[in-house]
Amino acid sequence: MLLKHTPEMISERSALMINPAKTCQPIGAMYAALGIKGCLPHSHGSQGCCAYHRSTLTRHYKEPVAAATSSFTEGASVFGGQANLIQAIDNIFTVYEPDVIAVHTTCLSETIGDDLPQIFDKAIKENKVPAGKTLIGASTPSYAGSHVTGFANMVKAMAALAQPGGEKTGKVNIIPGWVEPADMEEVKRIASLVGVPITLFPDTSGVLNGPLTGVYSMFPEAGASIDDIKASGGAIGTLALGEWCSAEAARLLDSRCKVPCSVLDLPIGLQATDRFVDTLRIIAGQSVPDEIVRERGRLVDLISDMHQYFYGRKVALVGDPDQLIAMTEFLVTIDMVPVHVVTGTPGKKFEKRITDLVAGTDHTVNVRAAGDMFLLHQWIKNEPVDLIIGNSYCKYIARDEDLPLVRWGFPILDRQGHQHFPTVGYIGGLRLLEKILDALLDRQDRDASEASFELVL
Amino acid sequence: MGKAQRTKQWDPVQVKEQLLAKYPAKVARKRAKQILINEARENTTPEITANVRTIPGIITMRGCTYAGCKGVILGPTSDIVNLVHGPIGCSFYAWLTRRNQTSASGEHGENFMTYALSTDMQESDIIFGGEKKLAAAIQEAYDLFHPKSIAVFATCPVGLIGDDIHAVARTMKEKFGDCNVFAFSCEGYKGVSQSAGHHIANNQIFRHVVGTGKKQRSEQFRINLLGEYNIGGDGFEIDRILTKCGITNIATFSGNSTYDQFATANQADLSCVMCHRSINYVADMLETKYGIPWIKVNFIGAAATAKSLRKIGDYFQDAELSARIESVVAEELPSVEVQRQQVLPRTTGKTAMLFVGGSRAHHYQELFKELGMKTISAGYEFAHRDDYEGRHVIPGLKVDADSRNIEEIEVQPDPHLYHPRKSPEQLAQLQQDGMAFKEYDGLIADMDERTLVIDDLNQYEAEKLVELLKPDLFCAGIKEKYSIQKLGVPMKQLHSYDSGGPYAGFHGAVNFYREIDRLVNSRVWGYLKAPWQEHPELSATYVWE
Repeated sequence: MLLKHTPEMISERSALMINPAKTCQPIGAMYAALGIKGCLPHSHGSQGCCAYHRSTLTRHYKEPVAAATSSFTEGASVFGGQANLIQAIDNIFTVYEPDVIAVHTTCLSETIGDDLPQIFDKAIKENKVPAGKTLIGASTPSYAGSHVTGFANMVKAMAALAQPGGEKTGKVNIIPGWVEPADMEEVKRIASLVGVPITLFPDTSGVLNGPLTGVYSMFPEAGASIDDIKASGGAIGTLALGEWCSAEAARLLDSRCKVPCSVLDLPIGLQATDRFVDTLRIIAGQSVPDEIVRERGRLVDLISDMHQYFYGRKVALVGDPDQLIAMTEFLVTIDMVPVHVVTGTPGKKFEKRITDLVAGTDHTVNVRAAGDMFLLHQWIKNEPVDLIIGNSYCKYIARDEDLPLVRWGFPILDRQGHQHFPTVGYIGGLRLLEKILDALLDRQDRDASEASFELVL
Repeated sequence: MGKAQRTKQWDPVQVKEQLLAKYPAKVARKRAKQILINEARENTTPEITANVRTIPGIITMRGCTYAGCKGVILGPTSDIVNLVHGPIGCSFYAWLTRRNQTSASGEHGENFMTYALSTDMQESDIIFGGEKKLAAAIQEAYDLFHPKSIAVFATCPVGLIGDDIHAVARTMKEKFGDCNVFAFSCEGYKGVSQSAGHHIANNQIFRHVVGTGKKQRSEQFRINLLGEYNIGGDGFEIDRILTKCGITNIATFSGNSTYDQFATANQADLSCVMCHRSINYVADMLETKYGIPWIKVNFIGAAATAKSLRKIGDYFQDAELSARIESVVAEELPSVEVQRQQVLPRTTGKTAMLFVGGSRAHHYQELFKELGMKTISAGYEFAHRDDYEGRHVIPGLKVDADSRNIEEIEVQPDPHLYHPRKSPEQLAQLQQDGMAFKEYDGLIADMDERTLVIDDLNQYEAEKLVELLKPDLFCAGIKEKYSIQKLGVPMKQLHSYDSGGPYAGFHGAVNFYREIDRLVNSRVWGYLKAPWQEHPELSATYVWE
């Protein structure tokens, strides 16, 4: 047993977190910054954070993740990191030549109180920022929220670039939330099918699912451009996908630039995708093309064809709030039963939302925000499930409890596909159901007696 | 020392100039001292600058002190509960990401490797201090797991807000009575790299655990294997060979290790150092306090493995042991050689670059030699000058301002437990016969003339080196892997082994031969261009022509 010290009996813990269902802010900011065209993320802290965040993103994507760091020493940690950051800005623009440096902070620079705007001012006054280059910054203290919060904070810093009173662009801003490059591509495809011109930011498609050609470009021709982000202040409206990841940025656009916003769930599953497409149609005044109606129909068809395998199956879920909310709704839609739902990210709204979503089923749900995977495992021991959906760390629980696992979320360190195939939209819904069915039916095949082993399922 | 071969295809002086050309003047001056062209000098190796602060913004490969302490040294120990005092990230990122394999002792053996424990500090802990939460977390960990030991690790903010983790640990240790609680001040900003964390880990393990074991070890030919972390099962393979030879490894620091192994390490008769950088402090302290001499060994490479076994045999001066070692070598080597001969035609003459932590950039050159491959450039992330130039430079090393606050502990011979393993005469005789105690010659001495030795290589230099020198293989870590491969150059991770291994010992050598053959001869490198990109001209051709 890999987790043999996890007891069935649950004792409440007040101070100790075991096997977290979250990580810290800066990695989210780094991921978001990679969705800006020509941008080098920069970690203002000691260099270990940056190494860890790059490594984790790299293991997840199997792609290069470039980011720089201020490399604090003990001296800088006591007297402030201004000199380190200004030196870094100079070195980065000279050596790596990005268009943008997106700076985030760590628990180190936040605890000592380094003031990014003031340091940026000084760097500009000292001519360390070449003409046409941009510095953006987000405060991302690791001791508040989670990686999701860090993502949201960097996206908000992007939204802060939007210029009020600019030209009307006739476009719709879509803030896609923390989804995979393939998901961002799918959002763009759907918008293009509906015929809506959009500005998507951040956009990591083409950055973290790049080709192998013999050429490495630290800054590929992809990502949301600074010009487009600046012009987003003149959009018709903003769709923020995911309350946790995207809402604050959208509200900032609303309050600063008077761009009205709708906050929607991530378009994962049938109904959330319905709402996304419907809102997009209305805001842009377009009709939905047959192609999308057909895609939707294929998803409904699959739900109907294989409903017997979904019906009443219990699922344990762990991950990030926006994803879990959408997934919980999707599972309920197909008559599966979410029984344990854990996120490491804090937020009381989460527990209420999940409870509301499963209210129509016959089961009560164990739900916890700011929980951990140790608790999830204990819940599973107390009330077993048929399936776990979560990141790669779930494989330890899955193996110990002999449960099928669908890898979904962040990070996935031991399988491929998440960077290439979307889980958003109707097409993404088909892929999710395929993965769920594969897991359940592989298990049925493995467990069936020779007499009941079936060719046709 | 293979200095005979000269690599002539490129001029190292020009390469160095091109590496430095783009830098601001100040950066170029500093990097110039960390990029060394290897050349023979009379009685001395050229001097390199190492273990100095990282240049901000340069995209270093380096990590931090916490990683060196918790991630590297203490991470692999299965039965100590490691509790990280800090916000969640540090604990999360060190959770099962180094491949220190563990075979927990039996069904009831404790194994906490799969658990990541953290105090998950929040804003209020930063403001009001985290000591109370730490004490509560230690209590909860004790109540849940009843471990024999709990280790506490500080992260960046802990030092800044002034939490006294050592006082908390002491209090809890006294309270429990049956659980050794101790702490590490390994804040990420200390020193300039992982290296400071190694030192801090060495000090605390030595201070709090080594020599406290009650168990009397009575096996024959007792050694400690220092600086071997059982990545991909390396330690298992080394232990297999040692056992076969009749040598007892009583404590590995720290692959597949247990608390009791550390506690009885003082009862060994010889310490064998694999990774010099991370553990030489413990090796020295074991000698000073308990009288255990140490030698440098290397189990990477079949020939190196045989050589290291013989060294151990020579030390014990036991005819039976030496005969057994010879028979093990005679039994194991031939099948390794068969495998080597199979791949040799496909690997001979190929070139490699190695930029790995603090020891593998040297050790793995043995394996590449066995494959007939040339190492044209190598370097470390965080090694010190002694790892590059040899330990003879240690007396002249100056500790700079960035590393001055790393504690040096003074160790005295233990009044009860010190006993010299060999008499001065015996030691003198062994040395006269060629045994080198407390000695390591470093990486530079083993590298060809006109090769490039580069400390703290960064992303820019890595890409530039690949562009200029076009190696057949580049070895480094996960952060470098995919940018190098995008350039069309095979890349081998020598930290994680790309989920492969073991690469140590005899079986490991065979695994490595196959892996390198696979990598440098993979068909994939021929697919980078589509047919229409290779032949873009448009003319009417038909498949039946």
